[in-house]
Amino acid sequence: MSVAIARSSLEIPGLLSAEHTELHPELNRAHVRFIGVSKTYSGARVAALQGINLAIQHGEVFGIIGRSGAGKSSLIRTINRLEQPTHGRVLIDQIDIGGFDEDRLVELRRRIGMIFQHFNLMSAKTVWQNVELPLKVAGVPKEQRQRKVRELLELVGLQDKHKAYPAQLSGGQKQRVGIARALVHDPQILLCDEATSALDPETTQSILGLLRQINQRLGLTIVLITHEMAVIREVCDRVVVLEQGRIVEQGPVWEVFGNPRHEVSRTLLAPLQQALPEELQSRLQAQPPSADAAAVLRLQFTGTGREEADLAALFSALGGRVRLLHGGIERIQGHGLGQLLLAVSGSSWGVEELRQRAGNWAQQVEVLGYVV
Amino acid sequence: MWFDRLLQGFIDTLLMVGVSSLIALPTGIALAVILVTSGKGGIYEAPTLNRALGAFVNLFRSIPFLILMVALIPFTRLVVGTTYGVWAAVVPLTIAATPFFARIAEVSLREVDHGLIEAAQAMGCRRWHIVWHVLLPEALPGIVGGFTITLVTMINSSAMAGAIGAGGLGDIAYRYGYQRFDSQIMLTVIVLLVALVALIQVSGDRLARGLNRR
Repeated sequence: MSVAIARSSLEIPGLLSAEHTELHPELNRAHVRFIGVSKTYSGARVAALQGINLAIQHGEVFGIIGRSGAGKSSLIRTINRLEQPTHGRVLIDQIDIGGFDEDRLVELRRRIGMIFQHFNLMSAKTVWQNVELPLKVAGVPKEQRQRKVRELLELVGLQDKHKAYPAQLSGGQKQRVGIARALVHDPQILLCDEATSALDPETTQSILGLLRQINQRLGLTIVLITHEMAVIREVCDRVVVLEQGRIVEQGPVWEVFGNPRHEVSRTLLAPLQQALPEELQSRLQAQPPSADAAAVLRLQFTGTGREEADLAALFSALGGRVRLLHGGIERIQGHGLGQLLLAVSGSSWGVEELRQRAGNWAQQVEVLGYVV
Repeated sequence: MWFDRLLQGFIDTLLMVGVSSLIALPTGIALAVILVTSGKGGIYEAPTLNRALGAFVNLFRSIPFLILMVALIPFTRLVVGTTYGVWAAVVPLTIAATPFFARIAEVSLREVDHGLIEAAQAMGCRRWHIVWHVLLPEALPGIVGGFTITLVTMINSSAMAGAIGAGGLGDIAYRYGYQRFDSQIMLTVIVLLVALVALIQVSGDRLARGLNRR
C-alpha cells in the first residue's frame, strides 16, 4: 500500500500555518503528525529527540531506522504517550494528544496497538488470558471477549495454543500472541518496537509476512522501528533515518535504498549491499598494466530508470569484449535496484567515453580500475 | 494431663500465628504495593510518601521482637484490653510481622519486568489495573515464598511471646523445660515445632512452585 508523496513535501518544517497546510494538503490528512517534537530526559546532557517533523499517512507501513541510541524508541513512544515530548506536539488524526488526561489516554491507547522486542507477555497468564486482558480491563462483556480472542488467535495461527503459558512458546509464537493482544481492540495504528530483533531470520520473515497481511487486510497504519535495513526493505513503504535524535534522511524505501544520501544510511545499508569481492579487489589496478587490460565499470541502478536495462544494447554500445564480473538486481516496491560490475576490453572507446555511454542505461557509472 | 496442656499450647501457638498472619498478609501486601508504586518512576510516584513509609517500615524492622513486645504493652492494653494471653500476643506479633513481610513482598513486586508495565499501559490499562492484573499476579510466586518465611519467623517470635505470658508452646517449653528441667516435655515441644515449621515450609514451597509459570 504505497502512499506516493514527493520527498520535498516532507522536508519542510512542520509549521501549522494556514498557508503551509494549504500548500501541503496531505498534512491535513496525516494519521500521525509530529510537529517540532523534542525530548530531553531529566539529567541527560543531550536531547534524545530534536525538532522532529514528520507526517505518517493512513494505511502505510512506516519505518524508522537508526543505530542504537538514535532516539527510535523515544520517538515511537510519543505516539501512544508512553513518552511525553519536552517540546512540540504529536497529532493523531489532527488531534493534539499532549494534554490528554488518564481517561482520554486510556481511550487513545485502546486505538493504538503495540508490540515489543521482548514480547512483554504476562508470564502468569495463559495465551488466551494474555490476549483477553486488554478487553477485560476495558469492561467488554464475556461473550464478546471470547469471540474476539478466538478470532485473533485464529488470525495469528495459534488457536491450539490458547491454554499454553508464554514460557512454553517459541519466540515467534510469543510475538504472534503479542500481535493478537495488540489487535484485540481493532486499533487503527500498530506500533512495532524492534518486533523482530529477538527472532531468528526465518521467524522474522514469518512475522513480517503477518504484519504485511494485517496491514493489507485490516488497513491499519503500521509504524515500526528497527536497526535492520532488511526489515525496512521487507515491509515498509516509507522510511526515515534517525541519527542522534534528528531525521537525517527520509523518503520512499526504494529511493533511500537506491540512493542513500546520508553516511548513516549507507552504514546501515552496508550489510545488504554486495561489496566488491576481495579477490577482485586485489586484482584491481589504478593504471592499465598493459594495452589489452580491461576497464572495470560499476553500473549502479537506483530504481529511477523508466524501464529495465537492455543488456544487448548496453554491450554493443560499449563495444569490444564485455565480461560480467559481479552484480545483482533486486526489486523493491516495483523498482529494480542494484549494481553490475563489467570488465570491458578491446573496445575502441576510451574509459571516459565508456563511462558516458554506460550512463544511458545506469544511473551512476564509475570506473573502478583495470584488470588483466 | 500433660498431653492436654501440650495440645492447648499447640492450639494457642496456631491461633496466635494464624490470626496475626491473617492480618499481616493483606496489610503487608498493601504496604509493599504502596512502597513499589510510589517509588521513583512508579505508577503512583510520590517521593515524600515513599520515603516516610520506608522509614516507618525500617523503624519497626530494626527493633528486636522482645523489646518491641515490651514497648508495645500500653498499646496492646488499649487494643485488646489485656496484656496477658493469646490475644495480647497477636498485637506485637502482627506489628512485627507486617513490615517484615512487606519488605519481602516489595522485593518480589520490584522484580516484575518494567516491560510488562509498559505493555499494560500501552494496551489501555488504568493504574489500578496494572496493580491488580500485572504486578500482583506476576509477583505472586515470590509473595507466597515470602509469606512462608514470614510464617516461620512468626512461630519463632510466638515462642518469645510465650515466655512473657502469652501461652502457647513457647510458654510450655519455658515453664516445664527450662524451670522444671522436664526434658520429655521440652523434647515433645521441639518435635512439634519442627514438624509445624516443616509442614509450612513444604506446603509454601510447593504452592510457590505450582504458581510459577516462568
